[in-house]
Amino acid sequence: MKVKQLSIFLENQSGRLAEVAGALGSEGINIRALSLADTSGFGILRLIVNDIAKARKVLQDKGFIVKETDVIAVEVPDCPGGLASVLNALAAEKINIEYMYAFVEKSSKDAIVIFRIENIDEGIRALLSKGINVLTAEQVYAL
Amino acid sequence: MIWNKEAECMPVEQRRELQSALLQKTVRRCYEKVPVYRKKFDEAGIKPEDIRSVDDIKYLPFTTREDLIENYPFGMFAVPMEEIVRIHSSSGTTGKPKVVGYTKNDINVWAEVMARTIGCGGAGKNDIVQNAYGYGLFTGGLGIHYGAEKIGATVIPISGGNTKRQIMVMQDFGSTMLACTPSYALYIADTAAEMGVDIRKLPLKYGIFGAEPWTDSLRKEIEEKMGIRATDIYGLSEIIGPGVSSECEVQNGLHVFDDHFLPEVIDPNTLEVLPPNTPGELVFTSLTKEAFPIIRYRTRDLSMLMIDPCPCGRTHFRMGRITGRTDDMLIIRGVNVFPSQIESVLLGVEGIAPHYLIVVDRVDSLDSLEVWVEVSEKVFSDEIKVLEALEKRIEREIESVLGLSVAVRLKEPKTIERSEGKAKRVLDKRPKT
Ligand SMILES: [Zn+2]
Repeated sequence: MKVKQLSIFLENQSGRLAEVAGALGSEGINIRALSLADTSGFGILRLIVNDIAKARKVLQDKGFIVKETDVIAVEVPDCPGGLASVLNALAAEKINIEYMYAFVEKSSKDAIVIFRIENIDEGIRALLSKGINVLTAEQVYAL
Repeated sequence: MIWNKEAECMPVEQRRELQSALLQKTVRRCYEKVPVYRKKFDEAGIKPEDIRSVDDIKYLPFTTREDLIENYPFGMFAVPMEEIVRIHSSSGTTGKPKVVGYTKNDINVWAEVMARTIGCGGAGKNDIVQNAYGYGLFTGGLGIHYGAEKIGATVIPISGGNTKRQIMVMQDFGSTMLACTPSYALYIADTAAEMGVDIRKLPLKYGIFGAEPWTDSLRKEIEEKMGIRATDIYGLSEIIGPGVSSECEVQNGLHVFDDHFLPEVIDPNTLEVLPPNTPGELVFTSLTKEAFPIIRYRTRDLSMLMIDPCPCGRTHFRMGRITGRTDDMLIIRGVNVFPSQIESVLLGVEGIAPHYLIVVDRVDSLDSLEVWVEVSEKVFSDEIKVLEALEKRIEREIESVLGLSVAVRLKEPKTIERSEGKAKRVLDKRPKT
């Protein structure tokens, strides 16, 4: 149930993001989800793609610093209180969220939220015990 | 071993008297024999008789590298050519080299101070010195050679290069002291390991290493890999070559053979003489040189003087390791900053690439200091707070070293310009006044 995410170090310079997207696109790699966190000096681009090994190689060959991290993808009911129920499940187990980002999948009514948490196995257990739908890696890559 | 107890352990007051007498003699000699010096002294309004003791040295004008280059090749010699028995020169990487000459007596003095250096390094007449310094116009090879012969040791004049042969000779001849640059020593050690030769088991006991700046961590590495005691030695052709100063077995600074070369440390901006234990630029005055006497030569090397007694018994004052060159010095908000200070902080941060750039600018009439550091895979995290903490940590450490606030900027790999030769470490964007 762990999903592999790529994180890429980017200086805050115009065109860098376009370079990443262009490099992946020309190799036929599809971006499933992304988030960009930035400070005044640099940013961290987080990506979920359909072929992580190939994407990693393409970017490293271009000289980018790339890191692979395990995250979890959770289906969140697209209704008021939907996200709160997921967060409560984690909070009840005192599981800290390092960061999260969300996207809405066009073929379903539900939103998908990506979580990066310290202890991922505990997190998955906590979510499943509350009946929350944690997606498998295959499900996410194939979205 | 102490080669010349009388000179090396002479009471400090007695040596001061000797230095004063020798300084007067040198000043007179320069004034009478070298037109360049006569002109410099006249312009400074100094007559040889104004110099009565070493305390008066501060009135004398400085000699710079430019003076030597302008008077290339023999314009600063103080004796006619027939008295010159040897010529050496520096490599002269930019333009003309610096040429120096020696009389018969100068060669004897050089052998004497090199014998002291080899003694400081641990060796004596029963030792076998493998001299892997280059022979030729460079002063390293012949300097070591004459010193080793003077102390009565056996010299192997193998010169630099041909590393496998160096190791074979070390094994077959039983060399007990190695003399070369520290980086070459490390190369020999690594090559031996690749060949399956355990240098630690060979008779080699001592190494005297110089001609390039090195650190204590490199010393430890050489000492461990070779099973020897590694001693830092210092010299430059303008003063005599190697033999200006040497560490003793205590390894806490290099004893300057100051009955021959008088050291000072100055502030490179104000040119004022600095007290002991204060870092600044090394300045030397030769006290006994005949062919090529030199007055207050600005070496551009940064170090400091230490005058507290050394447990080894030598009374020669000591200089610290060379920490950089004045050529590299920056003045930021009135503070002297050396790239080496920043580099040493960065080297202490695990996973930080050795590529960095110091960017100085002026914002609202105040100097700003940024240090750009390349991020490596090792320190990169997918969490902003981890990278920000890394920036803050480096900033704090640099600030504690420099006493200046600094902004650290993490950069993508390979974005800081690489250079084939000397790395470019500073980008000074301040308007030139
Ligand atoms: Zn000592």
